[in-house]
Amino acid sequence: MLSFILKRVGQSILVLLITGLVAFSMFTFVGDPIDNMLGQERTMEDVERLREQLGLDQPFVVQYYRFLEQAVQGNFGVSYRQGRPVAEILLERAPATLELAAVSGVLAIAFGIALGVFTAIRRNGIAANVIMSASLIGVSLPTFLIGILLIYLFSVELGWLPSFGRGETVDLGGWTTGFLTVSGLKALILPSITLGLYQMTLIMRLVRSEMLEVLRQDYVRFAKARGLSDRVINFRHALKNTMVPVITVIGLQLGSIIAFAIITETVFQWPGVGLLFINAIQFVDIPVMAAYLMLISVMFVGINLLVDILYAFIDPRLRVAA
Amino acid sequence: MKKYTGLLAVAALLSTTTLVSAETLRWARAGDALTLDPHAQNEGPTHTIRHQMYEPLIIRDVTGAFEPALATEWGPKADDPNVWVFKLREGVKFHGGEDFTAEDVVFSFERAKTENSDMKELIGSIVEVRAVDEYTVELVTDGPNPILPSNLTNLFILDKGWAEANNTANVQDFEGGEITYATTNANGTGPYKLQSREPDVRTVMVRNDDYWGRDQFPMEVTEIIYTPIQNAATRVAALLSGEVNFLQDMPVQDLQRVNDADGLVVKKAPQNRVIFFGMNQGADDIEADNIDGKNPLADVRVRKAMSMAINRDAIQQVVMRGQSEPAGMIAPPFVNGWTAEMDAESSTDVEGAKALMAEAGYADGFSIRLDCPNDRYINDEAICQAAVGMLGQIGVKVNLDAKPKAQHFPLITDGKTDFYMLGWGVPTYDSEYIFNFLVHGRESDIGTWNGTGFDNDDLDAKIASLASNTDLEARNADIASIWRVVQDEALYIPIHHQVLNWGMAEGVGVEVDAEDQPKVKYFTMK
Repeated sequence: MLSFILKRVGQSILVLLITGLVAFSMFTFVGDPIDNMLGQERTMEDVERLREQLGLDQPFVVQYYRFLEQAVQGNFGVSYRQGRPVAEILLERAPATLELAAVSGVLAIAFGIALGVFTAIRRNGIAANVIMSASLIGVSLPTFLIGILLIYLFSVELGWLPSFGRGETVDLGGWTTGFLTVSGLKALILPSITLGLYQMTLIMRLVRSEMLEVLRQDYVRFAKARGLSDRVINFRHALKNTMVPVITVIGLQLGSIIAFAIITETVFQWPGVGLLFINAIQFVDIPVMAAYLMLISVMFVGINLLVDILYAFIDPRLRVAA
Repeated sequence: MKKYTGLLAVAALLSTTTLVSAETLRWARAGDALTLDPHAQNEGPTHTIRHQMYEPLIIRDVTGAFEPALATEWGPKADDPNVWVFKLREGVKFHGGEDFTAEDVVFSFERAKTENSDMKELIGSIVEVRAVDEYTVELVTDGPNPILPSNLTNLFILDKGWAEANNTANVQDFEGGEITYATTNANGTGPYKLQSREPDVRTVMVRNDDYWGRDQFPMEVTEIIYTPIQNAATRVAALLSGEVNFLQDMPVQDLQRVNDADGLVVKKAPQNRVIFFGMNQGADDIEADNIDGKNPLADVRVRKAMSMAINRDAIQQVVMRGQSEPAGMIAPPFVNGWTAEMDAESSTDVEGAKALMAEAGYADGFSIRLDCPNDRYINDEAICQAAVGMLGQIGVKVNLDAKPKAQHFPLITDGKTDFYMLGWGVPTYDSEYIFNFLVHGRESDIGTWNGTGFDNDDLDAKIASLASNTDLEARNADIASIWRVVQDEALYIPIHHQVLNWGMAEGVGVEVDAEDQPKVKYFTMK
């Protein structure tokens, strides 16, 4: 078991290193940060001095090595655009993204499971069919369009909810939260719906199909024959057995909610790490891009590693196969 | 009891729906200030925010004319053209209560000349700053500098004692990631005081009721809440929904929509920015074309023909929806040296252009790559696409290569493009600035944006002499003669002057400023 875990950890680190290498080889194509950093009055000497100072005159492999060297010591460099340490900026921005992801995750799971069960039980009902058709929209419309539509409806036309920003936030020892003020809560509504809609429809459809599968199983029939009530059959027996694959998917989707918050954050000017990353790309802010990409890959690789190890615990066959 | 608290919560929720005080300016634009340090970055939005809290010696009013700020009078010293004398305003106090004196001016200029300062190039000609008495300062330059005041309108003054007490006497090392007290705090003499700031999220300023010009300017805004909103659609939505009441960086396609909305207006003015194409005439052969061993752009007839093929009125009407002014020279209209005659010199004549191409030996045309930014100027890529079709009419087959600005501009400064789009603003309001960067032959510290390969030593000498020519009449004659060469050489293909649009609630009274730099002290609020 230990050798299996060690092997997987080793593989994960290799994946991380390769991701970083690919990321650094791409930065050259994003553009030249020097041009953004110095005004149009700069001289060639200024350009050269700064290029040397930032180490941008070195090949990308060297830049990558230097980044790793600093990163293992917890130093992610200094943002070219904001002139502040990247770690500090990321920490400052993380609460916004995590709160948004948490609320959209909870919304997606709660509504996804509830609607999935509903559409499975009433699979021939009118309401269930309407929900199923409507969910196609959730899957097929791009996120930014949903965001703009919600802004148009609820901010511009109805004037109920703010179109941008986080509202008032409260600082709890370094963690800024929007949960404690009315304007902060209102500001969360539209972005979290936008971000969670895709995941919600995904969970809903998965729950529905799993549930339909389970409802056909023999033990459900026997339960019916025993005279158990529908409620007990549906929720105690059927739903429980549906949840195994659903939880796996939810776990994996959690990572993508954080990673794909980029678009939602841009549309709603949500001051999280996704918006930071978009700004970084436009400015060619290499330290921020590098730190963000490494963070996201660490997160994905970490989740996958955890899932792999959990599987191995559950299913001994995988230990041998690996 | 439980029920009751629930009701209270609902009531609280309802009561907080956009309570708006009439004097709050809720202001949004695409980007935020990069730092509050007065000298660490020389960048438009950063200066705009500083202008509310800090003041230079001289500012420009909405028309672009000089207006006294911390200096009341200024002029070259009678017996020494190398010295400018500034009389300072008396009785001015910083936000922290400190008195403003000549010592602060000397300190601020010396600070702005240090290595980390991003303003040092603008005042590079100043060799010494000395306080004559408490309210008189002399700026000594390395030679006569007739347009020195133009370089001082974004040079902010901070309090010496405050800076020293807070360990911020040195400019923050921006590239090195240094944060100083001045990065996040401000102590200026300006009309608004900093209340709170979260970078990229929100900056709040309140009126400084002790401001020296409190009675002189409207100053009807009591509080400024500045929020950058990057996405254009969201920005407009925030204005339409009333969450902001003043918007810069209006997207052209939404102008009509905002103007039609109840209670909103769009105001416009010509911007200090001209858009044009540059052509590499200097190389013997260029890589981006299909002609071997020759450079078609080296022939002035080809350059003229290409300019004649561009239909500027069509670009104005179709691409820009009326939001531009066709240009005939690459100087914005406020700039010293601009003339209406030269600005009207470009004309569309496809037949004449074809004849010129044939005369130059390119009757069958040639193909060339056009490099164009896609996120820098208003509708930049669309302008280039229109130009592709227009140049096709005279046989010039253009392959358009549009990229983000971070990839486009290095092509020009590294000399890797033969045909490119560029836009230029003139912060000094004088032609010398244009000549220094776009006409002078390329050297390491001059002609840095001249990607045309044009290099004329006589003209360079004339450009260099402008810096120290104190005989303004002779200097203006020289400027006119340099422009004549630029025009006759068809060095650039001018396209248009950008038009600036600000969107606002009807109650907000302000005129659009050509520098895109609103100064809130001029605002009225109804």
